[in-house]
Order: sequence, then C-alpha cells, then structure tokens
Amino acid sequence: MIKVDNLFKSFGNKQVLSDVSFEVAPGEVLGFLGPNGAGKSTTMRIITGFLEPSAGSVEVCGFDVATQALQAKETIGYLPESAALYEEMKVGDFLKFIAEIRGLTGASQSQALERVCEQCHLDRVWHQPIETLSKGFRQRTGLAQALIHDPQVLVLDEPTDGLDPNQKFEIRELITKMGRSKAIVFSTHVLEEVEAVCSRAIVISAGVIVANGTPKEFKSRTPSGRMDDFFRSVTLADTANPLSAPSAQSNSETHA
Amino acid sequence: MSYFNTTLAITKRELKVYLGSPLAFVFLIAYLILSGIFTFTLGGFFDMNEASLSSFFNWMPWLLIFLVPAVGMRLWSEERRLGTIELLLTLPVTVWQAILGKFLASWVFLMVAIALSFPMILTVNWLGQPDNGVIVSGYVGCFLLAGTYLAVSCLASSMTRNQVIAFIFSVMLCLGTTLLGFAPITNLLSRWISPENIEKVANFSYLSHFDSFQRGVLDTRDIVYFVSTAAFYLFITSLVVRQVRAR
Repeated sequence: MIKVDNLFKSFGNKQVLSDVSFEVAPGEVLGFLGPNGAGKSTTMRIITGFLEPSAGSVEVCGFDVATQALQAKETIGYLPESAALYEEMKVGDFLKFIAEIRGLTGASQSQALERVCEQCHLDRVWHQPIETLSKGFRQRTGLAQALIHDPQVLVLDEPTDGLDPNQKFEIRELITKMGRSKAIVFSTHVLEEVEAVCSRAIVISAGVIVANGTPKEFKSRTPSGRMDDFFRSVTLADTANPLSAPSAQSNSETHA
Repeated sequence: MSYFNTTLAITKRELKVYLGSPLAFVFLIAYLILSGIFTFTLGGFFDMNEASLSSFFNWMPWLLIFLVPAVGMRLWSEERRLGTIELLLTLPVTVWQAILGKFLASWVFLMVAIALSFPMILTVNWLGQPDNGVIVSGYVGCFLLAGTYLAVSCLASSMTRNQVIAFIFSVMLCLGTTLLGFAPITNLLSRWISPENIEKVANFSYLSHFDSFQRGVLDTRDIVYFVSTAAFYLFITSLVVRQVRAR
C-alpha cells in the first residue's frame, strides 16, 4: 500500500536520506526507529507529499505522490511531528474544517466528527480553543484530524511523544486496533512501543536503513535478547560511519 | 470534492480567524478613523465646496499602503512559523487552492472594511447632489487597488516566518510602486529621463491607474492592469510556497 523506492534527499550539501526503500502492506503496522536527526520525519514528510525527494519515488495506494499528489493525499491520514495545529480554532471547528477539505459534508460529516470524537476522547474539549489544550489533548486532536476520513494509510510522526503512560497506552491500543485493516507507519523513540504494537520495524540511522525486520528477529540478533541493545548496536556504528552500510540486511547481520 | 469547495473551505476558515481575533476590530476602527481624518481635515472636504468624495478617494492609495499589509502579513508567515503549513499542504489541497482561498478571505474582509465607509456617501448625498456614478467607480478602484496590494502582501508573507518583516517588505513594495506615478517623484525624475519614458515608468504605478477610477472612468485597461498585477504577484507566491516544499 505504501511503496518507497530508492529515496534520496539532501538539504543543500547535507545528505539526509540515501537510498531508502521499503514497503508497507495493509494490515501491517510499521515502526520507524532511529536516533534524532536520522531522517524519520523527512521520510514521512516525503511520503505525505510535503517535501519533494531529491531522487526516488513514493507510491501510496497505487498513486504516485509526485504526479498524482491529490489522489495520494486523499488516501493518507497524517499526524505531523509535535502536532502543529491551528491554535486559535476550537477543536470542533478545526475538525469540521478538515472534514470539509476532505470532502465530507452533511450526514457523513457529522458521523465522521462523532466517530473521531469518541475514538480520541475529545468530547470534554470539543468547544475549547486548541491553544488552551494540554499536550495530550493536542496530540489526540491531531490524531482525530488524521482519522477523520477513515484513511487506508496512516502516517504518524511520534504520536505518543510527550504523553503520560495512560495516554500512551490508549494511543497504542488505537493503533493496534486500526492496524488490522490499514497500513500504518509510525515513528517513535520508545522501543517497548515497537514490541507492543508493530508487526515490523525499520531502523534508520544517518539517512540509511540499517535494519528491517520483526521486533522478534531484532531481539534474537543480540546475545542479551533485548531491543535497546540491538538498537544501540546498529545505530552507534552507523553514526560513526554514516554511509558505510551497503544494504540493510547485511549490515544488521554483521552486528548480530 | 470540487476545486471550488476546497478553496471556499479555506476562505471560510481564514475569515473566521479574522473575525474571531481582535485584529479585525482594531483594523476596522483604525481604517474608519483614519479615512475620516484624511477626508475631512487633510483632504479638505468642506473647503472644496463640491459634492464629491474626491478628498476621500485621493487619500485611499496612501492609507491602504499601510492597512492592507497589516491584513495580509499573517497569511503565510503564520503558517510557516507555527508549522501548520505542513498540515495544510499534506491535505488534498493544491498550492493554488490554498493561495486563492487565503487571498479571497482577506480581500472580502478588506472590501467589507472599505464598504463600511458608506456613511460618507450618505453625508455627501445629504449635503448636495454628487455624481454617484463617480463614487461607485471610485469604490471599484479601491477594491481593485486593495486586491493588488494584498497580492503583494501575500508574496511578502510567503517569504518569511516573521510577520513584521512581511509587513515592512510589503509596505516598501507597495509604496515604491505607487511612488513611480506620484507627481513630485515624476517631476524629480524628469530632470534625467525624457517625458515619454517618464510616462512609461509612471504607467507601472498603481496611482496612474487608480486616477481614472477616481474620475469615474471604468477603463478595461486599468482593470486588466490591476487584475494582471495581482495575478503576477500571486503566481510568484505560488513559486515561493512550492520552494518551501522542495527546500
């Protein structure tokens, strides 16, 4: 459903992504891991059509993001990093605006609004301006915005960042539930989250994919059998020597 | 969803932002007070001893140079500063829909503000018998002029995250272009440039084209001038917004 092909991206002289390729099928929840500045957000911004890649292509639900941008965007729900939202709007008005842009009108609009209000537990803050919300409600408003048109593809950039343990649990539950039918990509720093939610994970470091597999496989590659040891072994080596990895598979094997 | 409906949804949102913030009311009050002062004291409305709004329209280009950028400065720079531009451009919205939606909202707001000066029309009709055709054409000129200044502000706003910079930049651009047709400036230039060339330069000024509206002449050439200038600035805006994505 999401097909990322040989993506390259540079900002000026700085190479941010090199030859990133992966696929996500429906019913799959892909965890996107990596140190800060590894290129997670950049990849997600390219998938959602906000940034243009320097080279390579992205296909979402069969639509090329570069040439069939509108059709591709219609199938994606996107939660940007740190949920930048229209601060001065009330939660309800904001979601209504997104629903209108998404082409939902009349009864289908009110149904969609009701659904996301319930899914993301927004009834208490529905009439409150977004600028007055706590981090948790903000993040949920951002998530509601991404879910409003019941998209086939969800791209979530650090959806649990800054939430308390209960809120994190709720969001994870929601992702797991929706992951049964949709293709989901989400980025995170929390390794146990990957174990709890993802059917597969990709580790990216300095713009290169250094590991691609199930959380179980990752754990079996370290003597200790722990996710964080695995994460450190693949990302530390690559931070020291960014573009040394010839391919994801062989590299993760060397470190196993 | 049709092209038009998406644009309209953006326009509605932007209008709500204006009306929901104190900015709208501060702006309206500032505009009405200033246009009153300009018309009745500096413009010498009573001294002219004629039933016309020329003292009102004379000052409009200068007043709008400062007021229109105040309305337009937030259009894109705020999106860029808050990061909401990422949300907007990842929705199924084309860059042109976003630009037009925002432009229309601000333009409607400006036209309402200008139209709220209608007590002047009543006053002048009560005092004498003005040529109301000239007044209507003057208002059409004001709407078009405001739209063109607004397109300039859109461009300035898209180039920076800082609203103050956007404001100053668009005031300078509007002022510079307007001054090209301002008599003291053209007189000064005539020392170095031949009269035919002066006329060519002055033709680029908003002032030269606004003048005919003020005199009650609705010339298609002037309308085309304002519309095409606005379209030109909005086109450059679209290039800048696209550049933000490829950055």
